[in-house]
Amino acid sequence: MNRIISKKQLSDNVFRMDVEAPLVARERQPGQFVILMVDDRLGERIPLTIADADPARGTVTLIFQTVGATTLKLAQLNVGDALPALLGPLGRPTSIRGRNGERPGRVVCVGGGIGVAPMHPIAQALKAAGNDVTIIMGARNKGLFVMEEEMRAIAGENLVLMTDDGSSGRKGLVTDPLKELCERHAVDEVIAIGPPIMMKFCALATKPFGVKTTVSLNTIMIDGTGMCGGCRVSVGGETKFVCVDGPEFDGHQVDWDLMLTRMAAFKPQEFAAKDHVCNLLKVEKWNGGKVGR
Amino acid sequence: MTPKERMALPPQEMPQQDPAVRAHNMNEVALGYTAEMAKAEASRCLQCPTKPCMQGCPVAINIPGFLAKAAAGDFAGALRVIKETSLLPAVCGRVCPQEKQCQKFCTMGKLLKDVEKSVAIGRVERFCADLARETGAEEPVACAPKTGRKVAVIGSGPASITCAADCAKAGHAVTLFEAFHKCGGVLVYGIPEFRLPKAIVQHEIEGLEKLGVTIDTNYVVGRTRKLKDLLEKDGFDAVFVGTGAGLPKFMGIEGENLNGVFSANEYLTRANLMKAYREGQADTPFWHGKKVAVLGGGNVAMDASRMALRLGAEKVYLVYRRSEAEMPARREEVHHAKEEGVEFHLLENAKRILGDGHGAVAGLECLKYELGAPDASGRRSPVAIPGSEFTLDVDTVVVAVGNASNPLIPATTEGLEVNRRGNIVVNPETNMTRRLRGRRHRARRGDGHPRDGRGPARGRRHQRLPHQR
Repeated sequence: MNRIISKKQLSDNVFRMDVEAPLVARERQPGQFVILMVDDRLGERIPLTIADADPARGTVTLIFQTVGATTLKLAQLNVGDALPALLGPLGRPTSIRGRNGERPGRVVCVGGGIGVAPMHPIAQALKAAGNDVTIIMGARNKGLFVMEEEMRAIAGENLVLMTDDGSSGRKGLVTDPLKELCERHAVDEVIAIGPPIMMKFCALATKPFGVKTTVSLNTIMIDGTGMCGGCRVSVGGETKFVCVDGPEFDGHQVDWDLMLTRMAAFKPQEFAAKDHVCNLLKVEKWNGGKVGR
Repeated sequence: MTPKERMALPPQEMPQQDPAVRAHNMNEVALGYTAEMAKAEASRCLQCPTKPCMQGCPVAINIPGFLAKAAAGDFAGALRVIKETSLLPAVCGRVCPQEKQCQKFCTMGKLLKDVEKSVAIGRVERFCADLARETGAEEPVACAPKTGRKVAVIGSGPASITCAADCAKAGHAVTLFEAFHKCGGVLVYGIPEFRLPKAIVQHEIEGLEKLGVTIDTNYVVGRTRKLKDLLEKDGFDAVFVGTGAGLPKFMGIEGENLNGVFSANEYLTRANLMKAYREGQADTPFWHGKKVAVLGGGNVAMDASRMALRLGAEKVYLVYRRSEAEMPARREEVHHAKEEGVEFHLLENAKRILGDGHGAVAGLECLKYELGAPDASGRRSPVAIPGSEFTLDVDTVVVAVGNASNPLIPATTEGLEVNRRGNIVVNPETNMTRRLRGRRHRARRGDGHPRDGRGPARGRRHQRLPHQR
């Protein structure tokens, strides 16, 4: 069982939880993720990225947005509650520039929405390996930024905030400063994590500059160990499993349209399940109870 | 009884649910013998002194021995004989392809010139196991005194269950590591409830716990902990790798990444393990295709096509490039699939999957085949007939053409040798790997196909595991 040690609501629909998972906290590396269940009888298995970990305390930090049935139910849990299943760390760790004899360089990290959460350990490691790290964070508005302080601690002056409405930082898309940086400097690598559409456009933005662009994909998964192939994507014309071959791939090689289509495969069912949970929550608010069946 | 009298005894049919009814429910199809039927069937055994049936059994059950006891009505005694060498009779009685194993060599079948008229060894085996389980009459298993040795078993499928039980009985401290939230491997994610009730698998897992086996679910060796760390830091004396064939193969044809195309593993895992068949209750969504094509001719293909029917498909086509004689599936499953309404498209193969322009399946283009000369597997090889293309109108395609070895453990274990196909290289005598670089420890492999009893057999070869270094 994985007990919830702390819980914080970061915005309307974004939550941060520290969850007991000593083995995952000890082994996890930047770029890896977990799969968890809120109900191990009839619940589903969902992948979530690891935002941080404290091996001494034996906890991992998860930041998630309530987008479907399972994340809605997860948000209902409180400190002291336990998750019945948490598996990880999964996926190949990020290859950190500057490690393994490679020369450090100038790296731009682009985090969109809660994509900043998985970027946090990656940016930390990049910085520790001696890279010059610039971080671009994007969100619809000021209230939706997560881990701003943590990212500022890594990037300092080189933190660029972008909002759709200009309520914080610059008004515009993350691709604007990304292009400017590529024009102005010799950028060695770009890492982009966020909504697929953002990653797609980051990859398109860097392509003319020939800058290596790594993206972290968040496809539908069940087991997370390569057994089902539900997470498959096409990279450079080859079928890859995100859970074991990824989650990070060369953004210039990913077939984004295919990935976006595949991610929508179960949309009607997902909406129905979400509605169902929302209705349960409404009813149970009256009853003062918890979510259940 | 004389052999002649035994030959005259009619083979006992297996009672089963009506095909029209069962195609729409998840309950077990084959209902099992009554005690009278089990006795009558066991009485058909000729008690050949050479015991030819035993050579077909991967775990070498003393088959005439247990049948003699069952024929006399001593089912507890029969089960005792089975359990001398087999740990999972309720499972194996249901899922082993007996017509290719024990029953293939049965003298009765040979005399009657029909393997289907062999003594129904599996059905009697199943009856003995079910009776003991259902009446709470299972005898406790004794464990040898503690040896002080620790064994790690990776995976919880049939091979791992068998290995874990054998090691526990030998007095070793066993920990079983399972990546999923539930134990049983292919027995829970792959084989459907209607063929193997999950309560039986659960019972076997509880049996392991009674033997003192520690079970760690949600633990993927290679990621949660490296295999070498188990040996070098966690004090395990030996590791059994029972991770099986867990990497689905695809056809490599156009359109395979369209929505509505699934590996059989995904299709069945959603339905079985994630309980998507309980619509409106389970959170894991299921793709409710109306017209489903299943590619392949093995047990998994049968399971997937019969699952599709149960989850509301109006048409289910099974597309297999050889003829029925070459199908690797159990005979009984083939019969059941046909009875339930699965349409067999034999000597046909998928050429490409057609899209609807919005990323979803709109049809399956197939080619007709004929049989040529025998290939390396000894089966006649299928040869495409040029220009024979035609299209099946389907909205779902399930690919059930087999699995390769899961690469996770080799990829995360330095010094572990794999062959070209990604299988861990072991000494064929001992099933042990080479010594991992610089260490005196070794790992063991057990990747037999889990559905044919070879899984338990591989698990079985590791009984004396920790003493054999």
